[in-house]
Order: sequence, then structure tokens, then C-alpha cells
Amino acid sequence: MKRLLPAWLWLMPFALVFVAFQMAPLGWIAVSAFQVEGSWGLGHFQEIATSPFFRQAIWRSLEISLVSSLLGLIIAVLACHSLTRTSGPLRRWMIAFTNMTSNFAGVPLAFAFIILMGANGVLTLALQRVGLIDDFSLYSRTGLIVIYTWFQIPLGMLLLFPAFAGLRADWRDAASLLGAGRVAYWCHIGLPVLRPALAGTFTILIANAMGAYATVYALVNTSYNLMTIRIANLVSGDLFLQPNLASALALILVGLLAMVTLIQQWLLRRSHHVAER
Amino acid sequence: MSQNADLTLSRPKAPALPTLRLPRLSIHTLVVGGVFTLLALPLVATLGYALATSWGATLLPDGLTLKWFLELWSTPRFQLAFARSMLVTLGALVLSLVLVVPVALLAHTRYPRLDTWMNGLVLVPFAVPPVVSSVGLLQLYAGGPLPLVGSPWILIFTYVTIALPFVYRAVANSLRTIDVKSLMDAAQLLGATPFSAFFLVILPNIRIGVQVAVFLSFSFLVGEFVFANMLVGTRFETLQVYLNNMRGASGHFTSALVITLFLFTLLLTWLGNRQSGHAIAKDANA
Repeated sequence: MKRLLPAWLWLMPFALVFVAFQMAPLGWIAVSAFQVEGSWGLGHFQEIATSPFFRQAIWRSLEISLVSSLLGLIIAVLACHSLTRTSGPLRRWMIAFTNMTSNFAGVPLAFAFIILMGANGVLTLALQRVGLIDDFSLYSRTGLIVIYTWFQIPLGMLLLFPAFAGLRADWRDAASLLGAGRVAYWCHIGLPVLRPALAGTFTILIANAMGAYATVYALVNTSYNLMTIRIANLVSGDLFLQPNLASALALILVGLLAMVTLIQQWLLRRSHHVAER
Repeated sequence: MSQNADLTLSRPKAPALPTLRLPRLSIHTLVVGGVFTLLALPLVATLGYALATSWGATLLPDGLTLKWFLELWSTPRFQLAFARSMLVTLGALVLSLVLVVPVALLAHTRYPRLDTWMNGLVLVPFAVPPVVSSVGLLQLYAGGPLPLVGSPWILIFTYVTIALPFVYRAVANSLRTIDVKSLMDAAQLLGATPFSAFFLVILPNIRIGVQVAVFLSFSFLVGEFVFANMLVGTRFETLQVYLNNMRGASGHFTSALVITLFLFTLLLTWLGNRQSGHAIAKDANA
């Protein structure tokens, strides 16, 4: 390559595209969020902080993300634990199936849930007939939590299974030889070993839910108030376009995601210190 | 649906297991079967709906038919959306390979620090939600010197950046498995130009890694909706946008579309995994 052109020149096309279509949009958001009618200011953040409508969007995003991540994590933990105790063929088959369902996301997922649990959905009608539910709406908070939890389960399982597979059987045997029961084993060995994986997975699930847009948009269009829905509506809605306000809200979303990651890192570091002592 | 659960439950009983552990095993099998049922429900219901002649207020469909699939596949608007999705996805993949392979090659041979940098950079598209990026993209390319919004070009360029994590890691990993420097030197000693040495010696050696990256990012990009809808929308209707715009259509028709998209994604993932399986088998033989 030496004879043709200076080597670093081969990096330029990539750098150009990456800067123009990934970094520059982020830079534009970071700048325009602080631009109020041509001058610098925190006006957009003030507007968001004082508006009940935007505060509701932030609160609901956090609520749905936390609840669905927690439910998804619990189900994924139970499933992974049981998977380590099942036979090899069933385990491999189930992991392949989980991988398959993790590809099922976005708009198709919303449509599948409308078929299953919409107003005239197969499951809705069946459960109504049995008398288990009387008024379930897929387009409500409960409905969204159900669908979010559904797409968190396969992701959680795929991220957690390697950690569960790393729990060695001889640790359990050693613990039980020393007189530890099942509870003591999990308190002193199982959970401490799994803790980094659990914390990391929980963070990824929260980020996944906070940034989710396609499923909820296909399901409720703009009628459920969430951060991603508001951001999109401010730049591509039918009424007033307020790109600078959208930037401020987008920056708050990125800030919240960064905060979740930092808290997780901090907790992880603290647990290492405890372990070292 | 209950039939499905029964199938998985009866499966692990077949191998001869120590009788003492059987009761505990069955609880775990029950949990796995339960999660399987939970995950399978939306897929099974959609598949059933796509194959049903009609499915009213009964537990099972009235009859089975392929007419929804045939109707979908012969709809010109679907065929066009399919072609557009292929065009954008293939364009983005070709462009990202052209851009990323030289970077990966130089990071491997000349600038080891560049690899550390790239490993950080590839996380950016993962960490930033597409809704956030599209706010900036809409403002930067709606007008001005590069009015790309509404054209397939902005999708191609944006897809290059979001496919970067897959493409860069796959290419960098396959370069690590071969001795690039010796191969290049040997080829040049035999009279090859650096260019032909790259195309005739290096590229065939990293072919499998590149193919895996292509199949995996292909299925990921075909499923992309947020950028497609916000940056381009109906002006260049891709498959996901088409599906979203079909929300008023018959549930059987949209179910056939959902299943078609899902099977297509599965096929691509399967092809990708098969390739990586080949790569592992090849490594094991070597």
C-alpha cells in the first residue's frame, strides 16, 4: 500500500461517513439543545422540567423500563437456572429458539401482539371466556408492560445464560459438603458470582426499554406518552416542529442512559472492594 | 398451544436418567416449557392467523389456507417494498465493507492503537437510541448542501454506521486468524502488487468472516424501522414501513406479512450461523 498513497488516507472515507452520519448528528443535538431563539440558554430544559406533559413522558418511560426490565430479568433468571438443570438437547434447542425470538422485535412484534392480545385477540377472547380477565387493553400501561417484558425475556436469557453455565457443579458439592443448604449456597456463592452479570444485564435491559420506539409506535402511534414518542413527534409530527426542544429531550434520554450505566459501574466497583476486604 | 407445551415436556423424558433426579428435573423442564410457551404464543397465534381462512370468536381457526400468503406475495406494493429493502440493505453492506475493510486491515498491520479506538467507536451506534440520532440527522440533511432526507441515500449511509459493530468486529476477528503480514510479503515477493495481493490473497482468506457479518447485519438491517420511518417514510417505502402502513388491512394479510418477514430473517440468521459453523469446523481441522 506504501507505494500507492499514504496509508492513513485509506481511513478517510470511513472517517468521513462515520463523522457525518453518527457523530455530527449527536454534536448537533448537544449544541441545539442549548440554543434558545438564537442564543445560549437552558430554556428548553426549563420547559421540559415545568411541563406536566413532558414530566409524565419521562416518568412513564422510566416506569415501564424499570418494571419490564425487572420482570424480564426475574423470568430470565428462572429460565436460565432451569436450563442449566435440563438435558443437553433440550437446552441447545431452547437456546436456539430464544435466539430466534430475540430477532422478533419492532413493528412485527406489535402486530403479533395485536393478533394475540388486541381487543379481539385470540388470547384475550379465550381468557375472557374463562373469566380470568374482563377488561384488558393492550394499548394501556399494563399492555405495554406485557409486550416490553416479552421482548426483554429472550435478550435477558441470552445475556445471562453464559454466566449461569459458568456456575460449576463442584462449587455446589463443596458447599453442601461443608454443610451449606440451598439458601446458604445461593446467598454466599451463587448470587455473588452472578452479580456482575445480573447488574450488567439489568442495565442493558433498561437501556433497551428506554430507547424502544418501533413497537410502541406501531401499537399506539403517539397516543401513549413516552420519551421516545415525544422526541419523534417533536421532529416529525404533524403540528409544531420544535427540533431544539426534541434535542433537549433526546439529551435527557442519553443522560438517563449514561446515569444507569454509571450507577451499575459504581455498584460493581463497590462490590469488588467488599470482596477484596 | 397446549400441544406445543406437551411436545417439549415429553422430550427430555426419553433419555435414561438416574431415577433419583427425575422429580427435580421435571420441575425445571416445566419452567423451561412455561417460558417456551410464553415466548411461542405471539408467533404461533400470528402463524395461525396467517394460515386461517377465518378466525372469529372460536379457540381454533375455521380452516387452513395459503391464500393470504399468495395474495401478499402477488401484491405489487409488497414486491416493490421488498425490492427497496434489498436495495438499501445491500447498498449499505457493500459500502460498509468497502469503507471498513481497509480500516480493519490497517488497524491490524500498521496502527495497533487504531483497533482500540475502533472498539470504542463501534459502541456508539449501540449506545445511542435511533430516535436520538434521527433528530440530528433530520436537521442536518433536511436541506442545506446535502438534502438527503426522503431519499434512500440517507438510509444507506445511516445503515453503514449502525452495521459497523457487526462488520468491524467480524472482519477484525477474521484478520486475527491469519498472518496478514507474511501473506502480503510472500505475494509481493512473487510479483503481486499490494492491490492484487489484497484481492487475491487476503480477501479469500477472510471471506467466511465477511460472509457471517453480511448475513447477520442483513437480517438486522431488514428489520430496521425507526430510521426508515423517520428519515424517509412513504417516499421510499421499505418493508417495515410498509407493514406499519398496512395496519388498517385485514389481520390475516398483515399476519402473512409478519410471518414472511420473520422467516426471511430466520433464513439469513441460519445462513450466517451455518457459515460460522463452517469456520469453526475449518479451524478445528487445521
